[in-house]
Amino acid sequence: MFEYAPAPESRDVVDIKPSYRLFIGGEWVDSRGEERHKTVNPATEEALAEIAWATEEDVDRAVGAARQAFGAWSRTPGSERAKYLFRIARIIQERSRELAVLESLDNGKPIRESRDVDLPLVAAHFFYHAGWADKLGYAGYGPDPRPLGVAGQVIPWNFPLLMLAWKIAPALACGNTVVLKPAETTPLTALLFAEICRQADLPPGVVNIVTGAGETGAALVGHPGVDKVAFTGSTEVGRLIARSVAGSGKKVTLELGGKAANIVFDDAALDQAVEGVVNGIFFNQGHVCCAGSRLLVQESIADDLLDALKRRLATLRLGDPLDKNTDIGAINSAAQLARIRRLSDLGEAEGAERWSPVCPLPERGFWFPPTIFTGVAQSHRIAREEVFGPVLSVLTFRTPAEAVEKANNTPFGLSAGVWTEKGSRILWMADRLRAGVVWANTFNRFDPASPFGGYKESGYGREGGRHGLEAYLDV
Amino acid sequence: MSRAEPARLAVRKTYKLYIGGAFPRSESGRSYAVTSSRGEFLANASKASRKDARDAVSAARKAFAGWSGATAHNRGQILYRVAEMLEGRRAQFAAELTEAGTRRAGAVVDAAVDRLVWYAGWSDKIGAVAGTANPVAGPYFNVSSPEPTGVVAVIAPDEPLLGLVSVIAPVIVTGNTCVVVASERAPLPSITLAEVLATSDLPGGVVNILTGSAGELAPWLAGHMDVNAVDLTGVTDRSLAVACEEAAAENLKRVLRPAALSFSRGGKGSGEGKGESGAGGTDWFADPGTGRLTAFLETKTVWHPLGP
Repeated sequence: MFEYAPAPESRDVVDIKPSYRLFIGGEWVDSRGEERHKTVNPATEEALAEIAWATEEDVDRAVGAARQAFGAWSRTPGSERAKYLFRIARIIQERSRELAVLESLDNGKPIRESRDVDLPLVAAHFFYHAGWADKLGYAGYGPDPRPLGVAGQVIPWNFPLLMLAWKIAPALACGNTVVLKPAETTPLTALLFAEICRQADLPPGVVNIVTGAGETGAALVGHPGVDKVAFTGSTEVGRLIARSVAGSGKKVTLELGGKAANIVFDDAALDQAVEGVVNGIFFNQGHVCCAGSRLLVQESIADDLLDALKRRLATLRLGDPLDKNTDIGAINSAAQLARIRRLSDLGEAEGAERWSPVCPLPERGFWFPPTIFTGVAQSHRIAREEVFGPVLSVLTFRTPAEAVEKANNTPFGLSAGVWTEKGSRILWMADRLRAGVVWANTFNRFDPASPFGGYKESGYGREGGRHGLEAYLDV
Repeated sequence: MSRAEPARLAVRKTYKLYIGGAFPRSESGRSYAVTSSRGEFLANASKASRKDARDAVSAARKAFAGWSGATAHNRGQILYRVAEMLEGRRAQFAAELTEAGTRRAGAVVDAAVDRLVWYAGWSDKIGAVAGTANPVAGPYFNVSSPEPTGVVAVIAPDEPLLGLVSVIAPVIVTGNTCVVVASERAPLPSITLAEVLATSDLPGGVVNILTGSAGELAPWLAGHMDVNAVDLTGVTDRSLAVACEEAAAENLKRVLRPAALSFSRGGKGSGEGKGESGAGGTDWFADPGTGRLTAFLETKTVWHPLGP
């Protein structure tokens, strides 16, 4: 393995305030509650800033501001709404380095990913949806589809700003106003986005940001003034939300957990498949709902593939997220680290064999080495439950039919991967995999033009593309 | 001299359930009396139990792979065949509907036949209308296509033929299979429709029809872990609709809420309630649009790299 000199990205580009207020009606306002919490850098456990945990009363104010703004915003011609979104996209591009560094500080993801994946996609998402704002009549939802009203949006901590973009861009393009709650461990880029809305002269109340934890989210989702609920997060919380909105008539989209199979056939290009498997599960520390967390490898090449995979894992560099050479950053929180450890211990206890490369972990912060489990049975909890960490379960199969059977043997249905050089087999497999996204000879690709979302318990509704507009229109 | 011949006693039909292509009685042995709109006894219909509902779900699950894997052309042909069989029994249905109190029964049967023909034609077109080729920013082929959700539980409206056909056809034409709870008040036409389905090359288990109490059966179906979606169109009781939606959350079922109940919000009008007639019920003669098709479709997006 090569030695690398440290190549840290400077954090001088970001200016983190000691504490943040709530963004309601275009202004920074104090929470009516007392509760404040620190958001920490998971790579160092250093406190970055203090944020308010919005109360029910705060949420009510935010929904009120969004409601007040809705009339004028929904009557604003689509071509004008588009220009606001184009402006936001441009400001994001202009401030992308600042946003990327802030994201890596608050989330723990490598700067290489926040800089090269998250931020370009965030800007692209606003740019793409800006173009829809004045073309909604051509989207296939009738000649003049109407917005829903106020959208209550709750997003996770794994792609904080990207998930914000997935939620806010289509909502605004369709003429809705929003109240968004970022995750309690990663609020900082959403709060910087509020400043971007001000720079773009977005009318007050069109975007409101309330920080807090589960109770704030529940207050938002349950608020009677919210017409549309959009949530990305765990299936467990998704269930609670689906239950809580029953009878309310609120339109709901849920983008929940996954346990994707990445299926490698014996004729696959082995080196490419190894890269795809690594990207599938170790991208973003495995904090990805569509992560390829189950490797299904054809029995005849299992040994060769595993050898190549282990060789490749030994070259991954884990450490300072702000270092431009880092491949694997920090686990986002102590709680998530505990969950990954618990499920990994269970994997061993249930009889699977655990392997990690030699990988020194930093002394402070939350870290977990890239880990592979072999000898995994379909009944093992590490093959069934979402770990949401850098942990890969390896299973084998003999025939394409068996691969399909095993891949679909999960309550989830978000994504799947297929690696083979045979075109007809790709299409045959893609047909039979019960998953919303199928990556063939690639994995973890995202694009604002491409609909994303799951089957079964991975949730409902799509985000992105023409399909994603439906979630924010009265159709 | 000749005496008057005694009037011939009619041979009555036994109305049973329709599960997996067969016509079993309820395993519970229960039945309930069905009367005409004038209160005369018509027949004892089977009163399906929770166990019958479970059997129907497993029949629907078993049929799913074959039906969803059939070509769209083939599914369209079979739905058209259902229309042909229904047309052939026009008089029988008109008589049954008249007894159930349906006015203009002949026109209702005609509309039901036409509805089937309309949906039959959608089988090989919905993919073109609901699918997309996505121009992503990279060297990738990327296409999104609609796919059936799976097993759909349908609480049919109290509109014994036209309403029933209008909720079944859009569910199955795209490849879903279903368990239908028929109108509790007027269940007999649904079982006669099952006879039509059974003679139309529709594989057994694609449509399963239960008669009995929606109030009893709907919560079981909404909570069943092997059901992927629930259509609550026929639920008229608000608390039952809410209970079903709550039960459906357990495995994140797709839920089509009842248009007849006012779940619309804040006077803006939401998706529900469109196409309603003044009386608060759905106008089943109206153009149904594609909403009932897309409610039970998933979007699958496939990526592949481009390269020489």
